[in-house]
Amino acid sequence: MAETITLGKALNHGLRRSLEENDKVVIMGEDVGKLGGVFRITDGLQKDFGEDRVIDTPLAEAGIIGTAVGLAIRGYRPVCEIQFDGFVFPAYNQIVAQVAKMFYRSKGNVRLPIVIRIPFGGGIGAVEHHSESPEAYFAHTPGLKVVSCSNPSDAYTMIQQAITSDDPVVFFEPKRRYWEKGDVELGADLSGADPLHAARVARVGGDATLIAYGPMVRTALDAATAAAEDGRNLEVIDLRSLSPVDYETIYASVRKTGRAVVVHEAPGNIGLGAELAARISEQCFYSLEAPVLRVTGYDIPYPAARMEEEYLPDLDRVLDAVDRSFGW
Amino acid sequence: MANGVSDVGADAPAGGFVQLLTPDGERRESVTTADGTTYSVDFTDEEYRGLYHDLVTVRRLDAEATALQRQGELGIWASLLGQEAAQVGSGRALRPQDMAFPTYREHGVLYTRGIDPIMPFGLFRGVDQGGWDANEHRFNGYTIVIGSQTLHATGYAMGVTMDGKTGTPDGEAVIAYFGDGATSQGEVNEAFVWAGVFNAPMVFFCQNNQYAISEPLERQTRIPLYRRAAGFGFPGVRIDGNDVLASYAVTRSALDNARNGQGPTLIEAYTYRMGAHTSSDDPTRYRIASEVESWKAKDPISRLRAFLTKQQMAGDEFFAAVDESAKTLALDLRERVLAMPDPQPVTMFDHVYPHGSPEVDAQRARFADYHASFEGSDH
Repeated sequence: MAETITLGKALNHGLRRSLEENDKVVIMGEDVGKLGGVFRITDGLQKDFGEDRVIDTPLAEAGIIGTAVGLAIRGYRPVCEIQFDGFVFPAYNQIVAQVAKMFYRSKGNVRLPIVIRIPFGGGIGAVEHHSESPEAYFAHTPGLKVVSCSNPSDAYTMIQQAITSDDPVVFFEPKRRYWEKGDVELGADLSGADPLHAARVARVGGDATLIAYGPMVRTALDAATAAAEDGRNLEVIDLRSLSPVDYETIYASVRKTGRAVVVHEAPGNIGLGAELAARISEQCFYSLEAPVLRVTGYDIPYPAARMEEEYLPDLDRVLDAVDRSFGW
Repeated sequence: MANGVSDVGADAPAGGFVQLLTPDGERRESVTTADGTTYSVDFTDEEYRGLYHDLVTVRRLDAEATALQRQGELGIWASLLGQEAAQVGSGRALRPQDMAFPTYREHGVLYTRGIDPIMPFGLFRGVDQGGWDANEHRFNGYTIVIGSQTLHATGYAMGVTMDGKTGTPDGEAVIAYFGDGATSQGEVNEAFVWAGVFNAPMVFFCQNNQYAISEPLERQTRIPLYRRAAGFGFPGVRIDGNDVLASYAVTRSALDNARNGQGPTLIEAYTYRMGAHTSSDDPTRYRIASEVESWKAKDPISRLRAFLTKQQMAGDEFFAAVDESAKTLALDLRERVLAMPDPQPVTMFDHVYPHGSPEVDAQRARFADYHASFEGSDH
């Protein structure tokens, strides 16, 4: 039964269903209990599942992830909430040195089925540390899987898939899209859903390929709609998985269109776009009509809120890059 | 008067510690601390001899490992020399259902868990990164980043509570090992916070061996470490870390409190790292010989030997037999370490992800093809 709900509510439904289906699933984080999280993603869950299943933790991010490691060794499946992107760094050591490496270190004997949820990205007029896009740090780290949802339906299925997976998953949620609505098949059998690490063609087109993830998928789709008025039919790929990347879907598209533009909010230097451009150049060289272009945040600390609209990639900057690609 | 222990020996640090066996091998019947807790042990002669056997064995195995490193057979070795009593006493206090989270130096605890002592040698030889099953051995993987495992232990202990395995004498308890240097880590302090507020069935066992590589205790703290516990709201006890009986008695008591649902305890085992931090270290650059000599007089093994002799629980024949058995074990260990096969390079791609990764699979295949391309050549 499809319901029209927000992305935030879809995550809430997905978490609820995960808690119902496996009593080893526990949610932990700052303010996730009574308050339901600062974005209300865990709203009502502690009331229904109790304080042992939805745990308000002390205010210490390394502690959240470090104790999640121990709970996972004990057989639990912790779903950790980091309140904001810029607050993940106190936990960085535990994520990169422990969560990512435990399975490898133990020769496959110790699994850490931990999900680390991080609201990320800008566009909400926040103060420093509340608008960042740190995904490349984690995508660079072997042993972690990194995903990002862009719409309510994916939010609902991907959070459940991430919790079911034995891989540690860093789950980036596009915070400025939390309130966008879409149709979600609540209670649908997940076996019919796209695999967690599959990219998806969000819009079919033949003239150029836009590659985006998380909050930028909406921007890319809007750009494609605008470009259609100019007679350009853009294909939009929602990456969904940032590590591993589903390259075959990208290569197939770029071999068809001959042009690719990667869009992300994170700074461009050594970002996801750099890796995608390199891979596309290697694998689609004879199909390319133009170099792979990137539309990204600038290589500066995230600026003050009254300048963020100029910092963030938007429809016009994406279309400008498409124009440059065609002008090559 | 820390711990409230008034009848401390001349060798105790200011404030005292729980000591049941003096460096001269004199047995204190019991020690009562200010909170009214009385610590004692009730061992049979056979059990006393067993502890001696453990201490000698772990020291001998450690010496063999140091020799293997010097001979180029191990990349590095972190010696436990001097810390045998802290490790054997606390390790023997664990019950089978308890879970231990070591650093990278707890070879003595590992031995008391009944684990084949060769288990961590893959790590030190460079064959693997450890590679054992934490739950099977009730002994987590060696953790090299200082202090990180204290949070893992605390989370595990929270899980014990959530599983309903505390609150009875048969409950489960968790012990986390760490050193004096680790107490400066934020993560260790977070573990104290967590264990306190969740009343986790935890024992924090700090081996204060006086040095974090070259830095003395004074660079980590301006109060005795066990007193930190008070600020987190749970008991802290300092023990003579070179006294296997005190280590056993206090750890046993703390573990039982934990399994009975009374929450965490911090134990500071006051001891000394007789050797280098690791085989790569040169302690003559930062500590003086007379200090090392003074700690030799507090040796954990010689005091138990003196006690066994005075009590006529053991004689030369027994001591010689223990030495011989430890030597046999050490030589067997040596042979098996030397026989460890080098790993096949392609296995470096194994166990990155439980569910695999197309990227890693593709790189493994390219690696294999690349190496296959040399077949038949001189490379």
